[in-house]
Amino acid sequence: MRTIRLIVAGWLLGIACAHAAIDPALLGPLASDGNDAKIVAITALVDGAQREALPVLKAMARGSLALAGERVVIVDGERVIDAATNAEIVPAPEVTESIGINNRLRRELASTLAALRLFSSDREIRWEAAQELASGADAEMLPLLEKALASEADPEIKARLQMAYAQGSIGSSDAVVRLSAVRLLGESGDPNVLQLLGPLTEKRGDSWAEPDSAVRAAAGTSIRAIEKRLAFAENVGRAFTGVSLASILLLAALGLAITYGVMGVINMAHGELLMVGAYSAWAMQSVFQAYFPNLLDWYLLAAIPVGFCAAALVGVLMERVVIRHLYGRPLETLLATWGISLFLIQVARTVFGAQNVEVANPVWMAGGIEVLPNLLLPWNRIIIIGFSVAVLAAMWSILNLSRMGMFVRAVTQNRPMAGCVGVPTGRIDTMAFALGAGIAGLGGVALSQIANVGPDMGQGYIVDSFMVVVLGGVGQLAGAVWAALGLGVMTKFLEGWTGAVVAKIVVLVIIIIFIQKRPQGLFALKGRFVES
Amino acid sequence: MTSSPARTPFIVRLGRSLDARSWLLIGLFAAFALVAVPVMHLLLPPGNPLHLSTYFITLTGKILCYAIVAVAMDLIWGYGGILSLGHGLFFALGGYTFGMYLMREIGRDGSYQSDLPDFMVFLDWKELPWFWTGSDHFLWAVLLVLIVPALIAFVFGYFAFRSRIKGVYFSIITQALTYAAMLLFFRNETGFGGNNGFTDFKRILGYSITAPETRVVLFALSALALIGTLVLARFLVTSKFGRILTAIRDAESRVMFIGYNPLWYKLFVWTLSAMLCAIAGALYVPQVGIINPSEMAVANSIEIAIWVAVGGRGTLIGAVIGAFIVNLAKSWFTVSFPEYWLFFLGTLFIVSTLWLPQGVVGLYRRLRAGRSNRQESANDAEKGAGKARENCGAPASAPLAAAKGASA
Amino acid sequence: MNSGDLLLTDNPDWDSGTAELGHMLKPGQLDLSHKVVLYLDGITVSFDGFRALNKLSLTIDAGELRCIIGPNGAGKTTMMDVITGKTRPDEGKAFFGQTLDLTRLSEPEIAHLGIGRKFQKPTIFENHTVFENLELAMKTDKRVWRSLLALLDSAAGDRIAETLQTIRLTAHADRLAGLLSHGQKQWLEIGMLLMQEPRLLLLDEPVAGMTDEETERTGELFLTLAGKHSLVVVEHDMAFVKQLGGKVTVLHEGSVLAEGALEDVQADARVIEVYLGR
Repeated sequence: MRTIRLIVAGWLLGIACAHAAIDPALLGPLASDGNDAKIVAITALVDGAQREALPVLKAMARGSLALAGERVVIVDGERVIDAATNAEIVPAPEVTESIGINNRLRRELASTLAALRLFSSDREIRWEAAQELASGADAEMLPLLEKALASEADPEIKARLQMAYAQGSIGSSDAVVRLSAVRLLGESGDPNVLQLLGPLTEKRGDSWAEPDSAVRAAAGTSIRAIEKRLAFAENVGRAFTGVSLASILLLAALGLAITYGVMGVINMAHGELLMVGAYSAWAMQSVFQAYFPNLLDWYLLAAIPVGFCAAALVGVLMERVVIRHLYGRPLETLLATWGISLFLIQVARTVFGAQNVEVANPVWMAGGIEVLPNLLLPWNRIIIIGFSVAVLAAMWSILNLSRMGMFVRAVTQNRPMAGCVGVPTGRIDTMAFALGAGIAGLGGVALSQIANVGPDMGQGYIVDSFMVVVLGGVGQLAGAVWAALGLGVMTKFLEGWTGAVVAKIVVLVIIIIFIQKRPQGLFALKGRFVES
Repeated sequence: MTSSPARTPFIVRLGRSLDARSWLLIGLFAAFALVAVPVMHLLLPPGNPLHLSTYFITLTGKILCYAIVAVAMDLIWGYGGILSLGHGLFFALGGYTFGMYLMREIGRDGSYQSDLPDFMVFLDWKELPWFWTGSDHFLWAVLLVLIVPALIAFVFGYFAFRSRIKGVYFSIITQALTYAAMLLFFRNETGFGGNNGFTDFKRILGYSITAPETRVVLFALSALALIGTLVLARFLVTSKFGRILTAIRDAESRVMFIGYNPLWYKLFVWTLSAMLCAIAGALYVPQVGIINPSEMAVANSIEIAIWVAVGGRGTLIGAVIGAFIVNLAKSWFTVSFPEYWLFFLGTLFIVSTLWLPQGVVGLYRRLRAGRSNRQESANDAEKGAGKARENCGAPASAPLAAAKGASA
Repeated sequence: MNSGDLLLTDNPDWDSGTAELGHMLKPGQLDLSHKVVLYLDGITVSFDGFRALNKLSLTIDAGELRCIIGPNGAGKTTMMDVITGKTRPDEGKAFFGQTLDLTRLSEPEIAHLGIGRKFQKPTIFENHTVFENLELAMKTDKRVWRSLLALLDSAAGDRIAETLQTIRLTAHADRLAGLLSHGQKQWLEIGMLLMQEPRLLLLDEPVAGMTDEETERTGELFLTLAGKHSLVVVEHDMAFVKQLGGKVTVLHEGSVLAEGALEDVQADARVIEVYLGR
């Protein structure tokens, strides 16, 4: 088998000419009986046909190589392609026998293919091949890796190849080689490497599996280094999911921070405003599907203003019809808005049906960034974190920089005085409530990307949102941010130890205890106005 | 003023806390629940137009339990000004503690024919968890019903009231408490049957739980419990304690500065209220035949508040009326127009807070006051409270009359 | 009874403690052995960096009637908050008599020891009748179990009737307190204070919103109370302060600016500057 790779390497080093077609004589033996014969055939093919061998070997690995009479063909669904010329045969001949492979052959083909790809001129292909080898290389690939290392210029790929090389040489009979391999592997962050190094520190019977004590010690050091790195990655991952949860909590609670925190209105229908936002996202998706199918990926951008306006509109209605008559009576407001929330839930059930609706992630939100070998940060989470920061910034500037924000603050601090100096207090109330509701709508748009969208979705967020606002301290934007961050990260770390439900219970209990200690929340207002 | 008022027997004072008309109504209700209902259900054949169906007994019995919860809620909300969104928790805890006994009474008649309740067999548990010890004894179960929810309420209330958490803050925290408890009870590991809770009860004290006689007895017990709750609550709100409680509701700092510690007053009424809920829950479970964590859902606890609001806060009888109105409407809607129930309930919340601040009882009083053209009709409910003191007996008004005489 | 420097020896009501050494005290009992009922020393309270009280030191003698004046924000209300346990001082000492540390007690405990407080805005129980307001305020065992079974005895009824007469609300005994006029509410609150039988009364602008006649009568009432009780009156109405005639303390920016008879204080250059500006 080593011979195949040597041939491949030799051929690759001397890339000179390209053949238009493969000699059918090279292809024929692939159909021969017996695995050994097939391996010999593969060797011969790579040696003789070089670059053109790639599609044939790939087809063979897929199990779609077949015989049509004497001819070796690739079966691709309905089409039949001549393996020698890589052209479709029309009309398609009848396939007489497919060329089967077993696991041994599959492994053989995989590494042969990886080796072929390792010398591709395309960086992406080389990178992928190196990735593959780095998570499982054996001693037989060492010569190939040496050659690849010699020719590789890209540092990232080179590092991967070195890792693969170390993995391959760990079984070497030379203790010095093993030692350097073990040391090199210590720089890895791959959990698979641990399994490779683990046995070196174990005893087999009475004697050590690894005879050389220096290598053993180095293996121990490397294992600890890798474990530390893995733990670090895990913690970073938890912190990230914690921040991600925090951003969701924050989006859910920011609207409440205005309506409850600043205006003092207990809005139990807040969760349903989130639902309005989420359904807006779904509605925009449907509109784009029907009218602008080629822009479908961008429906979410359109959903942002629509979600804001829809929720704000519902907010204006709520404020004008109900809440306005209940200012200064928080417990009544609580009950009335709960009534509104029931009403909205039933409206959603009647209009959209009781089932959850499907809101798809746009393509640009799929996938993620791999920061560490075992840590993938998904794009949708990253985008939502960014979005929540943007919403927070927008809200902060509206409240602190705009004239309306000044009015809102004036009205909340001293309503009669604000009225006296000409602030239209009634209109400001409506606008502030609409703003809070609109921000809840934005939260809903974001939630539609990661959570179920259905009539009951709002109910799940109401307790959490209130916890964020209450914990942060009423009337405090900064408090809400810190509370969301604290709750998010704490929940995720607790989940790591106790599981999701217990973590949630523990967090709620911690909040209850915390509020007993500091009834004014994290950021308490002090002074003579506290009591009133 | 011949006898010292302090020596008036408690039972007499209990009797004096309601006027004759109220006692008459209570007597009529007791006669209906304890005599008429059993006769009409057990003795009259199903074809008779006066026959009461099992459906009627179960539904009304259930609502009687809800009415107890509503009165308990009115005590702390209407009189104490504390809106609890956690009363569903105490109701459910009462149900669960009694449900443990009912589960043990199933004996080996469960699907797995095991001594352990079915859900434990399903979870492959080999023995009962420690907190199930003694749950096969009826009296122990009753004791637990009285103690466990009260203890939880006491501890939670002590810390909350000591930190002077009040108003909406308190409501939200009680909501969080219930929510946390619901999550806890949803877990199988908690040992209360997880999602499914307790069901498939067979017997209570050896009697079949579905037998008509058992149903009638449970119904009568619920009616008696409601009467007891009402009389006790009435006594409380007409006592000096009740006046302090409403004083705390209206001006807590003044109460503190005249030397009462509101903590203990609130804690007492809060714990008592929780206990009443637990009793209601314990009566509810055998009649309905199931208890599961959804009883602790946030929505359920808020619904209790709307019963009280619809009936009329701070009137006690209003709570009972409200519980009946809302729950009868609920069972009618969920059968006839299930899709409109939430619309109705939502509207009820909005209408009762916006236009019916004193509920049905307040509306009735306003109409009556309007007819007799009385002046101070705006403060009906409060006048009711004032009247209560007058009713509370001669001892309080006698010196007052003397004082009036002196000044004249 | 005009003088703030009332001598205790005239007064049979002071039962606990004499000027002699070696007296016995029950725990929690007011010790007036040094004829001082209230002792504030170096009290500082700050809210978010703003110093509401700045090393305030003040002593009130037993039986004294003291008026406190000062511009807005001088710390008058905060001082009362500290004395009644509503606000804890950042530093400083506050003693009721010789032994009772007010900074360690809660509001109900302090009220129970015998400090009564009237708020600037009359706070009464508006949904209770006048009679009930007085009944609730009456000095008695105020624990839960007691109030559950409490009934009024004839002695208590007489006490209430007496107070009703003092505050001239006998005819209104069965009216809801919320329906009273502003001046009547002030009187009711004073009546509630009397029912508590406090040793020290703190009165925050007691005559605000009263007619001249009512004000005059209030003044007379306070003068009869002084001696038996100690009174601290915060007031803006100089005519009223003059009528009361006791020692006057001027607060400014959280500490004592001047102290003495009203005429002396009014002549003080710093006081004039504070009130009139430069």
